[in-house]
Amino acid sequence: MVNGDAVFYSRLLTELTLSFHIIYATIGVGVPLMIMIAQWVGIRKNDEHYILLARRWARGFVITVAVGVVTGTAIGLQLSLLWPNFMELAGNAIALPLFMETFAFFFEAIFLGIYLYTWDRFEDQRKHFLLLIPVAIGASFSAVFITMVNAFMSSPRGFDLVSGELVNINPVLAMFTPAMPTKVSHVVVTAYMTAAFVLAAIAAFRMLRGSDHIYHKKALFLTMKLGLIFAIATAIIGDFSGKYLAVYQPEKLAAAEWHFETEGDASLVLFGLLEGEEVRYGLELPYALSILAHGNPRSEVIGLNDFPADELPPLYIHYLFDLMVTIGMALTLLSLIYVAAKWRGWKFIESRWFRWLIVLGGPLSLVAIEMGWWFTEVGRQPWVLRGIMRTEEAATTSGQVDLMLILFAGLYLILGIGSIVVLTRMFRRNPVEQELADREAERGGGRA
Amino acid sequence: MTLEIVGISVLWMFLFGYVIIASVDFGAGFFNAYSAFTNKEHVLTNIIQRYLSPVWEITNVFLVFFFVGAIGFFPKTAFYYGTALLVPASIAIVLLAIRGSYYAFATYGARISHKGYIYMYGLAGLLIPAAWSTVLTISEGGFIYLENGAPVLDYWALFSSPLTWSIVVLALSAVLYISAVFLTWYARKAGDDRASDLLRKYSLIWSVPTIVTATGIIVELRAHNEEHFANLIGLWWVFALSALLFFGTVFLLWKRRNYGMAFILLVGQFFLAFSGYGVSHYPYLLYPYLTLYDGFTNEAMAIALIIAFLAGFALLLPSLYLVLRLFLFDKDYVQGKSDYHV
Repeated sequence: MVNGDAVFYSRLLTELTLSFHIIYATIGVGVPLMIMIAQWVGIRKNDEHYILLARRWARGFVITVAVGVVTGTAIGLQLSLLWPNFMELAGNAIALPLFMETFAFFFEAIFLGIYLYTWDRFEDQRKHFLLLIPVAIGASFSAVFITMVNAFMSSPRGFDLVSGELVNINPVLAMFTPAMPTKVSHVVVTAYMTAAFVLAAIAAFRMLRGSDHIYHKKALFLTMKLGLIFAIATAIIGDFSGKYLAVYQPEKLAAAEWHFETEGDASLVLFGLLEGEEVRYGLELPYALSILAHGNPRSEVIGLNDFPADELPPLYIHYLFDLMVTIGMALTLLSLIYVAAKWRGWKFIESRWFRWLIVLGGPLSLVAIEMGWWFTEVGRQPWVLRGIMRTEEAATTSGQVDLMLILFAGLYLILGIGSIVVLTRMFRRNPVEQELADREAERGGGRA
Repeated sequence: MTLEIVGISVLWMFLFGYVIIASVDFGAGFFNAYSAFTNKEHVLTNIIQRYLSPVWEITNVFLVFFFVGAIGFFPKTAFYYGTALLVPASIAIVLLAIRGSYYAFATYGARISHKGYIYMYGLAGLLIPAAWSTVLTISEGGFIYLENGAPVLDYWALFSSPLTWSIVVLALSAVLYISAVFLTWYARKAGDDRASDLLRKYSLIWSVPTIVTATGIIVELRAHNEEHFANLIGLWWVFALSALLFFGTVFLLWKRRNYGMAFILLVGQFFLAFSGYGVSHYPYLLYPYLTLYDGFTNEAMAIALIIAFLAGFALLLPSLYLVLRLFLFDKDYVQGKSDYHV
């Protein structure tokens, strides 16, 4: 019954769809919070610039939301189209968070529509601000619920397994799995962090392009501050995630760290090349893995040799993990330096090279998101439901998945190019100086 | 009432919501393209955009609701429909994706007004209901067979069946009819009599194929699925009532009176016909493989889903009401005195 080609192409298509979707989804979760904060600061300080910041972010946000919505619909349906056997089994236990995710999405969609079409409609800006709260809550909660589904796949519970069937199901327990707290908080916080660094990159880029308006400076300082806060939160939660893995998914941690022998005083290896069981050219940090795993430099970490060979994930996830962590650390440092320099009045942060680093931070934070998700998902192989269902048992038996892969690849190409073209056009045609002048003229005209 | 019936009723409500809201959306795209084709776009484009822009995302949610709910309440549908529908559903997703993102790009971003795009947008809006309506045909049975225990869709049987094509035609004309009646009313509210008159004409034109194919399908089912046909006849009074409401809508449109009431009657007509069709399908989800009862989820999940559904609904109904008040029933907005767009 297993169709090898279908399994391979189904995995490829799911990876393609998710990799494309999470770029827009991450922005979709993070940016509403940024808009909300900007608008709040604008109201509090009675500063037109922050309000305009919120408005321009919101305008660009609509384009990313559109792509996020349609690719989200695609992955929602593909779960059943490509993995019918998985959904048939797991649907019994995880339908609740899946269903609640659509409610959160609905809630967000309604209030986003209202927010977008009520600009200047209310006399009181605070009323308009209130509409952003449900948008941000809806966006974050759809991430929370959908990550709960994903957490269930890593640490399924809330049922008993009796001859291949799930019985005695407890839907609430299935939502609150051991993987859930670290996963959900990591996803939400990194989305905020990514949104902050992407928006900071835009502000830095405008300044590099010669626009020296105070508006961009305010935008950059605000987003770098937020980026720093969320980067620190990410690092703390990342540490908890490592401790979770050590207890509940040791094979994933061991594969990520190329840790073969179960031993205490385990050291952490950064990058390097694997030759057999020997790591070469790697940077070794003594005791770091034991600390990451159990918070104690002497504690024992289970190694790869303790697992059956056919239950191990591919070892290349080491690079994904390292890249993700390295980018995270680099961005934390970058924003820390920026905020400290602002505070102490150091001038080098206004140099071109430093601004280019900030510009680089935007795409890098998206790369880190991709690396993190690939690490999570590939690190769970060969299971689709860890310990219960293998990936090849879950896939469809259809022979046409390869054609669908080409179809969707074409779609994502069009959407990707389309969204970039539209976004750049939108802001190039209407730079902030122009918009501020227009608003000034409008108001002047109103008074006269 | 058993949990199975509650579950299927909830799903049926989502599907009905999607049919009405998406019809307005798809039909509007088509009328917009058609008016561009006949160089009358200045009559309709404004009305259509003002209605669609704040709600386009909401339309999509109803669809997501339906299929997520279907997997939730009836996980076995994932096995049968998921395996068999890979190709048609993927095509529908791609069309939806292009159409949805194009709308956002054009409306909020680039303000593209190239006619080629407008035609494609209108055409895609007709292909999507055509693609989805094949699912209704498939559920009648006879198009899916099991091969080594896995369901396979017989494309030749599907595309050569007159039932398939009648359902496709019904879906298309119903989309255009529902959309035209709604927009007639909306244009009247906006005080745009030219748009309203044009749309009234479309409504009357599309009412004819809608009722003719709907009647024709009942007859065709007799040859295709006798059990279902017998059930349909048993519910004759539901369809008679639905037909009565249909004539009410047409009468009001003809007399140029009370378009709001005409639209309400139309919703009633489709609700009755849709529910009558659904009830007569009982107890099959996919004839003859899958019934409501053997595809149903466990009791704990069913109760959890129903509670989540009620809680979610309590949140959404007031929000939807707010949307209606701000955009549908707000004079200044409808008449386009100001669009307040970000």
